[in-house]
Amino acid sequence: MNRLYKKYVKTDTLPTLFCPGCGNGIVQYATIKAIDALNIKEEIACVSGIGCSSWIPCYLKLDIMHTMHGRAIAFAEGLKLARPDKKIMVFTGDGDCLAIGGNHFLHACARNIDLTVIMVNNYIYGMTGGQKSPATPEGSRTKTSPFGSMDEALDGSALAMAMGASYVARWTTAHPVQLEKAIKEGLEHKGFSFIEVLCQCPVQAGKGVYGEKDPAAIMKMYRQKTYEYKEGMEIPEDKIRIGTLKHDKAAREYIEKIEEKLAEQSVRKG
Amino acid sequence: MANITIDRACCKGCDICLSACSKKIFVRGKKRNNYGTNMPDVINPESCVLCRMCERMCPDGAIDVEENDN
Amino acid sequence: MEFKSEGLRKPKQLVLQGNEACSKAAIYAGCRFFAGYPITPSTEIIELMSSEMYEAGGSFIQMEDEIGSACAIIGARWGGKKAMTATSGPGYTLMQEAIGFAVVTETPVVIVNVQRGGPSTGQPTLSSQQDIYQTRYGSHGDYEIIVLAPSSVQEMYDFTVRAFELSERFRTPVILLADEIVGHMREKITVESGSKIISGGKKGYVVSPQTDFFQGNNTMVEGQFHDEYGRRIGHIAQKSGDFIQKINYKIKFNIDHITDIESFYMDGADIAIVTYGSVVRPAMNAIKLARGIKDERTKTKFKIVKDLFKKGLPETFNTDYSHLKVGLIKINTVWPFPEDALDEIAKEVKLVIVPEMNVGKYYREVERVLKSKKVISMPKCGGDIHTPKEMLDRILKEAGVNE
Repeated sequence: MNRLYKKYVKTDTLPTLFCPGCGNGIVQYATIKAIDALNIKEEIACVSGIGCSSWIPCYLKLDIMHTMHGRAIAFAEGLKLARPDKKIMVFTGDGDCLAIGGNHFLHACARNIDLTVIMVNNYIYGMTGGQKSPATPEGSRTKTSPFGSMDEALDGSALAMAMGASYVARWTTAHPVQLEKAIKEGLEHKGFSFIEVLCQCPVQAGKGVYGEKDPAAIMKMYRQKTYEYKEGMEIPEDKIRIGTLKHDKAAREYIEKIEEKLAEQSVRKG
Repeated sequence: MANITIDRACCKGCDICLSACSKKIFVRGKKRNNYGTNMPDVINPESCVLCRMCERMCPDGAIDVEENDN
Repeated sequence: MEFKSEGLRKPKQLVLQGNEACSKAAIYAGCRFFAGYPITPSTEIIELMSSEMYEAGGSFIQMEDEIGSACAIIGARWGGKKAMTATSGPGYTLMQEAIGFAVVTETPVVIVNVQRGGPSTGQPTLSSQQDIYQTRYGSHGDYEIIVLAPSSVQEMYDFTVRAFELSERFRTPVILLADEIVGHMREKITVESGSKIISGGKKGYVVSPQTDFFQGNNTMVEGQFHDEYGRRIGHIAQKSGDFIQKINYKIKFNIDHITDIESFYMDGADIAIVTYGSVVRPAMNAIKLARGIKDERTKTKFKIVKDLFKKGLPETFNTDYSHLKVGLIKINTVWPFPEDALDEIAKEVKLVIVPEMNVGKYYREVERVLKSKKVISMPKCGGDIHTPKEMLDRILKEAGVNE
């Protein structure tokens, strides 16, 4: 077994419930690498919602809260306000975050509260068998869109930026090195960090969304159909932009702002 | 030089490592893992450049690359 | 941690509104996190908390909805801060999933429901006791829960403190089932100063012992059925059955340590009013009238009433019914239903009247337990509370006394 994996994973809970080739394991390993590199194992807790990606932290030797569908961010806000000195990481999915959890997501972005949210986007509701999610690309055939999805897909990263998140990045499971770096940056950033990860679901989304069931082939698609913006380049029309989309180091974090205001008005003594 | 091992208790036989390795060190194998699928074989470990992409790309933490200073 | 009222160690008397008393009691009980959403008639609680919680050194957040509020308080409790939220009927309905989550994860939190008229938007400014069953059975799944029903501003204060004690002791969410009347009334009460130390449950009461986060124990808070390490067992029928039983029996089998039931004027009583919450107040007056107990306050009130309404009322009030053997049974912990305690107190009673500000709900429990007695429901919907006269008339009618 990989040494770092063994250090962080509760081996008596293996094998994971992820399907063979599922990208969630790749996101999990990138998270482990980031936490280990920053050496914050004692300073971090993970909160997750319901869905395949919400199982990522459940296998880790950390304080974990596996909560309700769509509400992970609300739980995490409570936990953060109780322990503002600690780092709180949230694992959520495209359905968990953008559908049922949309309201909490938008308001947490607006508050710019210090959380690191990893939204694992597999373009589907995987755990329940392959129904369409708000992020499912238009035209995809899923269990609840047999004639092709007729809704325009939501862009979680764009929403996060528009609502005021101060660190927004999007990577894929085909970019594990950059993903680890983004998670590190997100954890170190004081403010709402939103990291979207395009993640393959070969079993439930494979055929209908990608037209491809082989995980390695889907990851190859991720490399081909995404681009990282470089100064002066011509922006390709049909590709998805990945990379650090926003990094506002000057944005005031919610709890810091509150404490400052309270101190100004001498509400807290000391 | 690298000592590359695949843990049969972790591997689910997804074959991502086959294309993850730029040196093509992993190939289809015949041995079974505990999951019941085929585990890859490790060939030419001497060509490993220790990029550890296989470790990062394996969703199940099955691969361990140990640096060997022989 | 410094406290603004430090130095005033003695309890003091204040004239407070029910909702205000609840907020102050929570802070006294050690609550240091409040998340909420404004909704009439509970809004005064969140408003007071928005200043006093910060002054007490805690954290406050007005969440975007009631679901977020209920979730945030559970998250905060695992961060080590005692937490509370307050809402009314429509918001309470939204919180059901989170309440179920708190039950299964054994998270101690306090949720205040200041009832109003329903269903739906209903009556934002009038009272009811319509949520009595929702507090017991609101969430999906099989569970037991502790619910306290205050009937005065002093009880809004005392029961809030007790709610924190019970939630920590039994590691369960506790509901404070108030209503618009008791939430908005003002009375002189005694409040404590400083902070009360309320500590956690003894090992025997906890199904899945977990420590707070950041104690180095890799705590796993899991909504699916789990073992003591937080590992899921929801796919194993036998273990899941055991888990459901343990979660339920934790409350059910400790009912003697939870039940709070009082009785008044029960000597030789063969008629009893069994009630809870605000309705206790007119019931108490009715009993006193029936027993012919005249106190100064009653005399003055009746004089005013007599002068205002020259016909009808005065006769009833002047008649001496002190031969009527009626008593009051006041249930403070409405859930778990105090079967044995009620059975014991109502042993000699032949007729039970259960007035409620709903279509008649809790009387079903009373009827179920007091099988050998005649149990009558006295429902009143619309938002007005029963008057002492209405209750007295009913007692007289049932006692066969001609008016």
